[in-house]
Amino acid sequence: MNAPIVKVERVGMRFDTNNGPFVALRDIDLQISRGEFVSLIGHSGCGKSTLLNLIAGLTRPTEGMCLCNGREIGGPGPERAVVFQNHSLLPWMTCFENVYLAVERVFGATESKAQLQARTRAALEMVHMDHALQKYPNEISGGMKQRVGIARAFAMEPQILLMDEPFGALDALTRASLQDELMGVMGKTGATVVMVTHDVDEAVLLSDRVVMMTNGPAATIGEILEVKLDKPRERLKLAHDPAFAEYRAAVMEFLYQKQMKKAA
Amino acid sequence: MSTLTLSAADAAPEKIDKAASAATPASTPTATPASTPTATPPAPPVRSRGAALPWLRTLIAAVSGIGALVAVWWMVADNVDSFPGPLATWHAAVELFADPFYENGPNDMGIGWNVLYSLQRVGIGFGLAALVGIPAGFLVGRFNFMRSASEPVISLLRPVSPLAWLPIGLLVFRDADMAAIWVIFICSIWPMIINTAAGVRAVPQDYLNVARVLALSEWKIVTKILFPAVLPHILTGVRLAVGTAWLVIVAAEMLTGGIGIGFWVWDEWNNLSVEHILVAILVIGVVGLALEYALLWLAKRFSYGGAV
Repeated sequence: MNAPIVKVERVGMRFDTNNGPFVALRDIDLQISRGEFVSLIGHSGCGKSTLLNLIAGLTRPTEGMCLCNGREIGGPGPERAVVFQNHSLLPWMTCFENVYLAVERVFGATESKAQLQARTRAALEMVHMDHALQKYPNEISGGMKQRVGIARAFAMEPQILLMDEPFGALDALTRASLQDELMGVMGKTGATVVMVTHDVDEAVLLSDRVVMMTNGPAATIGEILEVKLDKPRERLKLAHDPAFAEYRAAVMEFLYQKQMKKAA
Repeated sequence: MSTLTLSAADAAPEKIDKAASAATPASTPTATPASTPTATPPAPPVRSRGAALPWLRTLIAAVSGIGALVAVWWMVADNVDSFPGPLATWHAAVELFADPFYENGPNDMGIGWNVLYSLQRVGIGFGLAALVGIPAGFLVGRFNFMRSASEPVISLLRPVSPLAWLPIGLLVFRDADMAAIWVIFICSIWPMIINTAAGVRAVPQDYLNVARVLALSEWKIVTKILFPAVLPHILTGVRLAVGTAWLVIVAAEMLTGGIGIGFWVWDEWNNLSVEHILVAILVIGVVGLALEYALLWLAKRFSYGGAV
């Protein structure tokens, strides 16, 4: 955990809606170190996706600034790859072509076509999707699509990987197997990840730090929990680990006691 | 007696089979725990008979609809002087189609030639409209300035009958054929611009976010993301445009003259051969239907995410 790769400084986000200005985020300060896995957790509408989009550069903050490698983030870029909630594969391209599009963009200027194809294949092998290279997204299951989405992001060898509820739309079993796979890939690549989630187990299992956000509007960071569990982590062992239960309880307490959503 | 028992015995096991196969999928979830998803049985093959019935029903409905049309035609023809009935029209059609491609000089050609000349005008005018309209639609859909700039112009000109543009065409081109093509061009271009632009605006934000994260060049965005995403909308525009163009060409040719199915209708009116007019109406309908179906087929070919 050395110099921070991403710095979020005094960031606020205000949207101008038909009913006047809406403050989504205020006073966000966050530093993310190289190789760190950070989860953003909070009730829906707390602006965790908004914060992720700010780091991605898809939206610009109305106050403060986001820095990546010491430079202000002015827009999206391939060094900050995004895994979207709904996979966002292009339906007219095969799995291979979807990943290749990203690989070509990042490495096309410096590498031969054979190298690009090898990179694409390797990325899909990493998420165990090498059996479906020539399949179209509508021919594979939701979990497989998300795998390809993750492969696309990893294939770009980003400095930081931003994941917006990557497993939110999947059933519990598929989600667990993809989480395990993600942990495996993380172990191999040592990537820096920021993940938005609303799943407490997922946050504790995967993260070095869990950033807990207060309820919106005008949400901000409530608490940050450091998860000091050894890596690699194993789901089954952790299930009986009192430390894991402790961390889990801490997040639950924040979400369901301190930030209990008022009944709408 | 024996045949009766035989047929009853034949039918019985089939019924039991159906009942059994219909019962299996329903009983599976309760019998086995949800953790064995591989145990789903194949769909029972009982659909074939049920699927044949709606198809037959559609055919019967279609035939009776056409039958009703012919009956009304018959009745009208019986009661109106010099209005040919189906039979007289049929004889005229047989005579016309015996030699659809004869040539007796520039003013007397077969009905086949007339249809082809009309199709050629539609093809040229429509092709030019596609050449201009689809790229224009991309610009209008992609850039808000272009949208705001074009919106008042399109709203103002689109409701104008294409035939109102005919004198302008005659004035500018000094040529009846070019003027007819010009009218087709004008009537085809609006649906193409509007549908392409709507398609560009309807491209899911997710796809554009992918493009932004990858920081793709504008050329890659257009070829890899926008064009494939918008293609189904473009084809809708093309289909609407062809439909309108085929409607308009008949009227335009009545005014410009020359060889073409529209002027042919007018010519036959001057000859008072109403049978020929009725044949022409049917031919125009059939050609329009064929164009529509050809483009529907094309649209199906290029729609991703469907039953590929």
